[in-house]
Amino acid sequence: MRIDRSKDLGPCLPKEGDDRIICRCEEVTQGEIRQAVHDGMFTLAEVRRYLRCGMGLCQGQTCGKLVARIMAQELGVPVSEIAPASSRSPMRPIEMATWAEEKEGGEV
Amino acid sequence: MKTADVIICGAGIIGCAAAYYTAKKGKSVIVIDADEIIGNGGSSRNGGGVRQSGRDPRELPLAMYGVKNIWPHLSEELGVDVEYHQDGNLRLGRNDRHQKILEGLTERAVAVGLDVKMIDGDEVRSINPWLAEDVTCASWCPTDGHANPLKATLAFFKAARRLGVTFYSGEKVLSLKKEKGVLRYVVTDHDTYSAEKVIVACGYESRAILQTVGIDVPMTKDLIECLVTEAEPPMFSQMLGTADADFYGHQTNHGSFVFGGASGYEAQNLDFGCMTTHSATAPAICRGILKWIPRLREAKIVRTWSGYEDVCADGVPVIDAIDEVPGLIVACAFTGHGFGISPVVGQLLSQLACDEETMLDLSELRYDRFKACV
Repeated sequence: MRIDRSKDLGPCLPKEGDDRIICRCEEVTQGEIRQAVHDGMFTLAEVRRYLRCGMGLCQGQTCGKLVARIMAQELGVPVSEIAPASSRSPMRPIEMATWAEEKEGGEV
Repeated sequence: MKTADVIICGAGIIGCAAAYYTAKKGKSVIVIDADEIIGNGGSSRNGGGVRQSGRDPRELPLAMYGVKNIWPHLSEELGVDVEYHQDGNLRLGRNDRHQKILEGLTERAVAVGLDVKMIDGDEVRSINPWLAEDVTCASWCPTDGHANPLKATLAFFKAARRLGVTFYSGEKVLSLKKEKGVLRYVVTDHDTYSAEKVIVACGYESRAILQTVGIDVPMTKDLIECLVTEAEPPMFSQMLGTADADFYGHQTNHGSFVFGGASGYEAQNLDFGCMTTHSATAPAICRGILKWIPRLREAKIVRTWSGYEDVCADGVPVIDAIDEVPGLIVACAFTGHGFGISPVVGQLLSQLACDEETMLDLSELRYDRFKACV
């Protein structure tokens, strides 16, 4: 999908709930997410890289949809237009010593 | 048809930095990228090193200029904290062969005026007490450092956008077209644009675009991988690397460690046409890390990622205006060490785009330097 970053979103006015923490792992608020969109971050991957929301222990499994909804509202588009961020291996945090033991073919 | 003074193909950190510095000179700029996400190539997929040591003498002057004149003030200039740290780079060794490699690198760097020296194992551990007991030597460059590539890329994007630069992402450049022997048009899957100057900075994908005006840069692409840990208490702030370049990384402001490494199959791994991680690589990186920093045994990895390097045939980028295609400027084939020099390359590209004399000599990075070996 083609995205024009010059789209006029109007001023970023304060809104109820701006202090609310949306990403609990990295403590990112609704207000910060809205401001990031106004700074030009129109995709979830960019908001994530800009603010760190969804980059903590749960890797966005908790807040991903909430962030997308806030962005969609700010951009005036349906939430289905906000592509989810990439899911990245591993599914759950793994200790380095544990993963280091894994060799090709599953041998230890 | 839209018109601008300068059109930039590629919204990575090179394209965004070039857009920022060119717009600052009063030019109108349009940036076009095939990916929907700004900076989704190597710009967001690298170790964040802002290094001078270990660089080829042909590109070292760019790195030294950036470290001296641009990086220290970049956060302030762009209005976003790019997390720049200038706390040195340790390139580690643990045997005689490593020592020889490091001494060679050090000698060549000193010869061109870089502040780098060899130190022994005890000195290494006085700088970074967490390193393994069997580390016997390192090259130490105190003016090297690291920054956050995700933030730096988006900081240039944000600052360029604020200066009025137009960005279209998710729009693919199909071809370049000349008019009366001079480059004039950029044709995309959406529109045709006209400009006085066109900068192509699309990493490996530059190749397909440049082909449309008969220009090529000899390069391949390697899929490299990194892993990221959860936040740990602050341990050290240097950038780390090794003589064999099999492991590199640093601890970020946030506390997480970002480490890159290799399985040895980077050029052959099946990539399914997208940036994917390979199951053998993360364990290999873990084994690499634990050899050098045993203390990190219990650190938890929260994610892994991969990205393409545009690897040039001779290991340094092409940064040049093309003689045969007046109006065309190329910046690609950064070979995995583009991030650290991206701000200075942005400035140089803005000078080329404005027909100014460049502040640094680029003759070693010309596009026509590639000769047959026989």
